[in-house]
Amino acid sequence: MDMVLTVLTWALLMAGAFFLLTGALGMVRLPDVFTRMHAAGMTDTMGAGLILVGLLVHTLAGGGELVAVPVRLLLILGFLWFTSPIATHATAKAALSGGVRPFTRADESDEGQGGASS
Amino acid sequence: MNRALWLWGILFAVWLLLSGHIETLFIVFGLFTCTVAVWVSVRMGIVDRESVPVHLLGRAIAYVPWLVWEVFKSNVRVARIILSPRIRVDPSIVHFRASQTTDLGRFIYANSITLTPGTVTTGVTGDDMEVHAIVQSEIDGSEENDMNRRVAVLEGKDPR
Repeated sequence: MDMVLTVLTWALLMAGAFFLLTGALGMVRLPDVFTRMHAAGMTDTMGAGLILVGLLVHTLAGGGELVAVPVRLLLILGFLWFTSPIATHATAKAALSGGVRPFTRADESDEGQGGASS
Repeated sequence: MNRALWLWGILFAVWLLLSGHIETLFIVFGLFTCTVAVWVSVRMGIVDRESVPVHLLGRAIAYVPWLVWEVFKSNVRVARIILSPRIRVDPSIVHFRASQTTDLGRFIYANSITLTPGTVTTGVTGDDMEVHAIVQSEIDGSEENDMNRRVAVLEGKDPR
């Protein structure tokens, strides 16, 4: 049973790390602020989410504090999922108000081959 | 009044869980603090359907797992776009009509859209949702309608 939970913890932590890394990669590879926001959204939904759930499983496997720590982890997760879309929305709205023109597929040809993705 | 009791209960539960102390002195401090906080909130008139939406609690239990699954699916979709050898994005701003009737329902819908990677709500005017989508063709499908319908169900048709 302990073995199963340990493996599960590792799987969740690695999956979370994968989404964090992919989100970071997206910040570099995607062409403009709006598309990059989608990559940033990945890191704080699945990236942080899977890591927190992994820690939750680890806590349950450790047999230590069974109330306070899991509850705190779930609270962190809840606050994160409540606040991060608001921050994302504020960024998007500020960019639009500031006159940033969203990147469209028509811009792709202007920048030359691979210009947007290198 | 009922809502004030709910608020008091939630505050005191958080107090107990976060402090971890169950000595009499700390519990009395907690009871006192929560009571003062709720009293002040009631006097300020900020304990209402929006700040303490406990009437959504039952239906939220059905909505949240579905939302988590949607978030997971769209995370995989965006990860695939980012990891493909040549980035192919087709972003555009699209408009949805929200069928929720209350501000709280629209807030939940807008936040749910933003929470799923690949779509970000950039503006809400009345029942019009302005959404930036990373791949336009994937967004006008049934998924947003499904979310819209589910949030409308979550919001419910409560009296008052």
